[in-house]
Amino acid sequence: MTVNKQLEVSAIRSGTVIDHIATEHTFHVANILKLEQEPATVLVAMNLDSKRLGKKGLIKVENRTLTQEMVNKIALISPKATLNIIEDYVLVRKIRVELPDKIEGILKCFNPNCITNASTGGIQPKTIFYAESKHPVHLRCHHCEKAMTGSDIGLL
Amino acid sequence: MDLEGKDVISMRDFDKETILHVLNKAREIESCPDPALLMGKIMAALFYEPSTRTRLSFEAAIKRLGGGVIGFSDPDTSSTAKGESLADSIRIVEGYADVIVLRHPLEGASRLAADVAIIPVINAGDGANQHPTQTFLDLYTIQKEKGRLEDLRIGFLGDLKYGRTVHSLATALKHFAVELCFISPPLLRMPEYVLHELDEAKISYREETSLEDAVRHLDILYCTRIQKERFGSAIDHEKVRGVYRVSKQTLVSAHEELRIMHPLPRVDELDPGVDESKHALYFEQARNGIPVRQALLAMIMGKI
Repeated sequence: MTVNKQLEVSAIRSGTVIDHIATEHTFHVANILKLEQEPATVLVAMNLDSKRLGKKGLIKVENRTLTQEMVNKIALISPKATLNIIEDYVLVRKIRVELPDKIEGILKCFNPNCITNASTGGIQPKTIFYAESKHPVHLRCHHCEKAMTGSDIGLL
Repeated sequence: MDLEGKDVISMRDFDKETILHVLNKAREIESCPDPALLMGKIMAALFYEPSTRTRLSFEAAIKRLGGGVIGFSDPDTSSTAKGESLADSIRIVEGYADVIVLRHPLEGASRLAADVAIIPVINAGDGANQHPTQTFLDLYTIQKEKGRLEDLRIGFLGDLKYGRTVHSLATALKHFAVELCFISPPLLRMPEYVLHELDEAKISYREETSLEDAVRHLDILYCTRIQKERFGSAIDHEKVRGVYRVSKQTLVSAHEELRIMHPLPRVDELDPGVDESKHALYFEQARNGIPVRQALLAMIMGKI
């Protein structure tokens, strides 16, 4: 446990640790946060033991403080994730992700006749959804106005 | 309340006060039309899907107020056929016109156009989603005929699944104290998302499959065509084709004051024998498109 604890929280001097990611979505989370464009060191781990989740994913981004707004984008696929801000090996802030009111460019509209699922002139419009309810999650497409809940909600 | 420069995309964007304000302006414009009100203004009518009455109604509305029209009614003759994106078409056309009226087969196309355009966009129908000017004229027709929008029992008949006019009208009626009755085959029942909205607004409604049972309790019966073009499968369309037919016979038990509306065109769901009866309101309804669209055009262009 001690080894794990050190690995999960204390191994970076400063930066951000996203913990308690649903393990199967670890790489989705990295993609959503566009971590492949990150110049700093990024560590991605999955299938780590977790008391809360059984198995979990974990991402560390060195020397960079991710904002709550950025990390909220992952709330739909990893609602139990936490954001740990590390400064000089010390955990200075721990934040739970929260579903944002407006979700842009991450989700696919389940309505096949929505303009966001069509490519006109080779351009596919960016999807936008509004969270009308967060518990349970109830989203409405900005474009076609269809409501999505439960299994209708899918990533692009 | 001030609609100058605003888009008309969905009935969701309009509260009760604004809806009633638009209907009042339509009444004013109908009773006292000003043939020079929109002199020099140009409306771009971009119809990516076939339409006769909506397009002609918009054209007549602006021309009778002194404005002009550009546009197309067949996308194959536009730059779309060359592969131009909708967003690019909108950016080009807005340089030529003061307002864009858009009909498109894809849901959300008008919202996308409104997000791109600087000038106002009016949704003239986006797939099975919304058709707000039709809804305004439907509300105007009901109010004009019945003298009110509250305390009415309104039935919707036919294709409630794909019919955007019924989705828009039901969404708008949630602002008023009405009782709704949805009459359709199970395959074409009102979508859950519309029923959910009515539940949230505490609007009383029931679902029926028998027209004869439902009709005796109604003040308004809103009929719709079963739209072949919205069905994914010809077999499904065949299952429900001709399932309802409103005729003098089916109206025997109807209340004397029952009025029948229909966004038209009709196929076989509304017998022409009803046309001469006191129940028929649909031709008047189609005519009401002119003052309603005139009011909306003049309001968004800041002229009234």
